[in-house]
Amino acid sequence: MTAKTSESRAHAALHAVAEPAERLTLAQAVNQALRQEMERDPSVLVLGEDVGRDGGVFRVTEGLLDAFGPDRVMDTPLAESGIVGVAVGLAAAGYRPVAEIQFMGFMYPAVNQLFAHVARYRNRSRGLFHLPMVVRMPYGGGIHPPEHHSESYESLLLNTPGLKVVVPSNPADAKGLLLSAIRHEDPVVYLEPKRIYRAFREEVPTAAVPIPLGKARVAREGKDVTIVAWGSMVRQALEAHEALGREGVSAEVLDLRTLNPLDLDALLQSVEKTGRAGVVHEAPRNSGFGAEIAALLQERALLSLLAPVQRVAGFDTVFPLSLLEAHYLPHRERVVAAVRRTLEF
Amino acid sequence: MPKRTIYEAVTERLEILDKDGKADKALVPRLSDEQFRTLYRNMVWMRRFDEKALNLQRQGRLGTYGSLRGQEAAQAGLALAMEDGDWMVPSFREHGIMMLRGIPGHLIYAFWKGDERGSRFPEGTRCLPPAIPVGSQLLHAVGVGLALKLRGEDSVAVGFAGDGASSEGDFHEALNFAGVFRPKTVFYIQNNQWAISVPFKQQTAAGSIAQRAHGYGIPGIQVDGNDVLACYAAAKEALERARSGEGATLIEAHTYRMENHTTADDAKKYRPPEELEYWSQRDPVARMRVFLQSRKLWSEAEEASFLEEASARVDRDVEALEAMPAPHPSEIFDHMYSELPWNLVEQREALLNEVGR
Repeated sequence: MTAKTSESRAHAALHAVAEPAERLTLAQAVNQALRQEMERDPSVLVLGEDVGRDGGVFRVTEGLLDAFGPDRVMDTPLAESGIVGVAVGLAAAGYRPVAEIQFMGFMYPAVNQLFAHVARYRNRSRGLFHLPMVVRMPYGGGIHPPEHHSESYESLLLNTPGLKVVVPSNPADAKGLLLSAIRHEDPVVYLEPKRIYRAFREEVPTAAVPIPLGKARVAREGKDVTIVAWGSMVRQALEAHEALGREGVSAEVLDLRTLNPLDLDALLQSVEKTGRAGVVHEAPRNSGFGAEIAALLQERALLSLLAPVQRVAGFDTVFPLSLLEAHYLPHRERVVAAVRRTLEF
Repeated sequence: MPKRTIYEAVTERLEILDKDGKADKALVPRLSDEQFRTLYRNMVWMRRFDEKALNLQRQGRLGTYGSLRGQEAAQAGLALAMEDGDWMVPSFREHGIMMLRGIPGHLIYAFWKGDERGSRFPEGTRCLPPAIPVGSQLLHAVGVGLALKLRGEDSVAVGFAGDGASSEGDFHEALNFAGVFRPKTVFYIQNNQWAISVPFKQQTAAGSIAQRAHGYGIPGIQVDGNDVLACYAAAKEALERARSGEGATLIEAHTYRMENHTTADDAKKYRPPEELEYWSQRDPVARMRVFLQSRKLWSEAEEASFLEEASARVDRDVEALEAMPAPHPSEIFDHMYSELPWNLVEQREALLNEVGR
């Protein structure tokens, strides 16, 4: 290492300590990422239902219309296929659209565009055209809404080659991952855990510092068991970590952050260390991403495993309306129970 | 209180050549003799290209192929009206106009042979790859047209679809978005009367596709799609309208699919033979020939030279097609993402080991 690099690294480290940060909610962090990218790159556009004047039904795009005008923040007709399909054309012709589907439960009308075009354009044209676009979708339960507002359909996206899928679990990641998603050359579906849009505030760097896609994060270190989670379920995993800690069980919490591409190295490294694993997700268990993780672990870490991989998931049912949703959603006690099963095996 | 009329609409149809090729002089577009000849020559070329494709398919040298026979005027007329910088957002029966817009014929053959490299157009080609999910591409044409408008570019995006597409949701979403955002887009709908085996009258109770534009606040016009002059004139007007920022137009080119839907289809099962006869008498190439003859712009010698030239071009396309090396198996993986993720690296490796590289 040359003196100069080491000096600049030391400087960077010093700088990092003094890096200004603000306490933001996840919704504010997403808003800040959008705003900073739109300031930095005039080709970034936002489009969707109610994203302009209303600032989005979750206020995630608040203030963007005033800051950037109606050519860059477009309130669209109420048509999900239209939103995604128009974004395809914008991206093919040189823009970086960030489209919003108001709730993931309403993505079905856009599925033809997402699966038949967004995921395939680069391949179909053998690289001549690619779509640097983001489709943001608030997903998951816990907000007591009417039907179709609580779904987690990540498995459908993950079984569609060509789509990158990113799910932040906290404000700082929400900002850093969205910055990367917008700058990324492949289409990214960016799932926002709406349940924790405003659940807590956290330090978020004021500067635009992208967090690379495809890298998981060890949210808590542990040595007895690995709890794999993403999005809003990371909180359940962290609560389980605390509860298990009181019983003397050391649980590692691995926040995947990106589901495609999956950070296989981080997954294997953690489970090879702990020897036990459980996966937590809101989506139904049947053919959920937990099944893929369990399969990968038995294929690649069998001799490290001391117990079968556990799945804590939504039921294989329709997501219930608000009066019953607490029964549906995975929670701390279910995660703790799953961990106990791995310990008692 | 009596009911008030809140909206009234008229939908027009433009015809310049009659079924025998006799022109309405007042409507003939102001084109040079050379341009009139070019329109004809391009149609001759398309037809030759199409006949060759059907032959190649029969010989097993192409896969399933969708013929454009009967739609030559609809494509040649539009092509002459388009400018260099304009975009195409095609469906899957636009090979004629794609060639006229500079896409090499051998790539189009390659596409129908089952080779993705056929959709890797030359760098800078402003044509998106053919879209097979019916109607879905019209939204892309709105997006491209919106991009052109936002950048203040002097170009237009032409989105293609057929009569079947007019029943798809995306058709309506595209027209609606176009009404609201006024992109630099032209919707060019070739109504060839058949969506595989379903005739147009069973596709919709609306008498035309053109009239549906009214519902979205954009102009719509029907043209005789077998009349190359009418197709040119309507396209020219719509393109200029879009170019000058006045928004999108829907053109319904009322034409006919003379062949099967694709080579995997047999139209004899569902199509009355008298209908084919009716449309044969309105053949777009023959009508333009009559027009050229009426202007003394046609000779047997020139006809022969057009045919010879077309055959030579098509033969070169076939040669280029068959000179393409087989696609490498790794191509399955190589264009999925900007970078190969670990799972594709592994799967690619496994396939390459299986095939012995």
